[in-house]
Amino acid sequence: MNGSSYPHAPGFYTGDRPVIVTSRFQYSDSYTLDRYLATGGYEGLRAALAKPAADVHAMVKDATVLGRGGAGFPAGVKWGLTPQAVWPRYLVVNGDESEPGTYKDRLLMERDPHQVIEGCLIASYAAGLSQCFLYIRGEMAVAQERVATALNEAYAAGYIGKNILGTDFSLDVVLHWGAGAYVVGEETALIESLEGNRGEPRPKPPFFPAAVGLYRMPTIVNNVETMSNLPWLMTHGVEAYTAVGTATSPGTRMVAVSGHVRRPGVFEIINGSTTFRDLIYGEDFSGGIREGHELKAFVPGGGSAPWFLPEQLDLPFEAKPVGAAGSMLGSGAIIVMDETTDIPAAALTLCSFYAHESCGKCTPCREGGTWLSRILQRIVDGHGTRADFGLLLEVGESICPGHFPHAASTRLGLAASPWPYKMTTICFVGPSAYVPVHSALTLFPDEFEAKLVERKLIPVTGINTAGAAAGGGQ
Amino acid sequence: MARLSDANVTLAREIIARYPKSRSATIPLLHLAQQQDGYVTEEAMVHIGELVGFSSAEVLGTATFYEMFKFEPVGKYMINICRTMSCALLGAEDLIHHAERSLGVSVGGTTADGLITLNHAECQAACTEAPVLQVNYRYRFRVTNDDFDRLVEDLRAGRLDGEIPPHGTVARVRQSIPADRAVGAVAPDEVTSAPLWMHVDSTGPGEKTAK
Repeated sequence: MNGSSYPHAPGFYTGDRPVIVTSRFQYSDSYTLDRYLATGGYEGLRAALAKPAADVHAMVKDATVLGRGGAGFPAGVKWGLTPQAVWPRYLVVNGDESEPGTYKDRLLMERDPHQVIEGCLIASYAAGLSQCFLYIRGEMAVAQERVATALNEAYAAGYIGKNILGTDFSLDVVLHWGAGAYVVGEETALIESLEGNRGEPRPKPPFFPAAVGLYRMPTIVNNVETMSNLPWLMTHGVEAYTAVGTATSPGTRMVAVSGHVRRPGVFEIINGSTTFRDLIYGEDFSGGIREGHELKAFVPGGGSAPWFLPEQLDLPFEAKPVGAAGSMLGSGAIIVMDETTDIPAAALTLCSFYAHESCGKCTPCREGGTWLSRILQRIVDGHGTRADFGLLLEVGESICPGHFPHAASTRLGLAASPWPYKMTTICFVGPSAYVPVHSALTLFPDEFEAKLVERKLIPVTGINTAGAAAGGGQ
Repeated sequence: MARLSDANVTLAREIIARYPKSRSATIPLLHLAQQQDGYVTEEAMVHIGELVGFSSAEVLGTATFYEMFKFEPVGKYMINICRTMSCALLGAEDLIHHAERSLGVSVGGTTADGLITLNHAECQAACTEAPVLQVNYRYRFRVTNDDFDRLVEDLRAGRLDGEIPPHGTVARVRQSIPADRAVGAVAPDEVTSAPLWMHVDSTGPGEKTAK
């Protein structure tokens, strides 16, 4: 791979499946304005500008375009949550993708930046947003270059700026970029960061961005993939959009499948009808577990999602059933573990990621995450004791009190415990540190047992002979 | 040479002008400072504070939150090896150990010739191409030990100079908004009514109107 910084990852071959956001990935020059215009680019913007803004907003609402960032909140509804008569309103597009296992926004920005930009323009027009900030993760050098080039091209061609396409609609799209902080992917932290501060999340309420966001003004925060859906919706209409997928989650979704599979890749799938089995074993998806191995467990929705077992393979990739089965879809990332995986070590990898990425604002996350990863490290290193299990659960309980989601297991006689959970922190980073620990400990207790150090109490005589006789050798 | 150069101040003012509040430009300006000197100097942070209206302590507060900013000199090339889940499952740990042996430094260290700094990193959003590393934020996918050694050889021989800029430069292309097309930053206290195109009908957003 040396020397080639931009190979074609496998997995974009969509066969006869409908394609909404990855339609241009087949071209090597998909990121240029020429290719974009040759393949229907900026037609969605033209279609939108031909209608009153309220109609465009209604289309997005009717099509139930769900947010693709993780929470899955309908974009059209979100735009309507801004308080009446408070202006200006801003658009912040979240391209700070850094959830373990996830990468779709990076591909959309690198391979089809104009589609993202067109989506931003349509959203701003529909919801009356005065300025758009496109926040790209700091480490994504190529995405930043592609988006910067695309913005420069689009300004020159009259698609952005004053009086777009000769209408009253004027908008600046400003490229902003981060500097390496996972938590900034959380919408209120993203806004803090965009204001020039440390990227620490704000408490909701009162800081719901739609009401009190950037510079304390109403702000719409949407994901890059959500924006990328809008041009297609505008050109093809609500009916065509809702014809794909299910009634509750129309359209398609990008899903990355990584880990121990034959063909790791990013796929655009039909919402709702594709199962985890299709994605992991399907011939036109990942093609099964790598040669000679079998599935042990998988993470269904990015590093923050509770783990699933092979028993959950036939669940559809849809928010509701996955939530009821004890996990969540999150940002659309499946991480597959085969039977060679050391489960406590895998849990440690994820747990220490979240411990490391804690911003430090909430104590349960700052202290708890670090505790969890240190205790887990001790167990993985072979110095753990049985008391550590209780300690892990106790620390976890202080971040997420009460019921905690997990998958059902016939082997362990466990019924599924539904997602979500309660939390004592402002954002999901704290609970996310506990998720892999809880899943691993609940679903694979034997593997933790096997790592425990054998400790024997040596009977002490002469101090308390009665106690030594009773408790010796415990 | 640690405050921003005149050319960079011009660029900085251009960046600041895009934001409704100048403080929003803090992170882009810190990147600019790092691009100039390879790391963020104290003088640069003072200068950025003057430019955006933050105290130098506030700039330091922001800067230290973000991992990409370095406050002492690092190698010309920063190699960040991902160690999060998908990469860990496919051998990131071994790759990191190999890199340490091969470079003769431990994670966080810089080679004696000052060329390469080795670090591990959290998820780099290329999970299907594990194990992944970035050299000055340029990807290398499915990296084997041999790939790593070849990469280091290429860096030492200067064969990647065209592709990989020195540490501090992230994107080589900047956005530039042409003056005749720019709408200008929309400051929160200067706008009190809906933008022009929303006045097409008086019913307000969210309510359907007849076409």
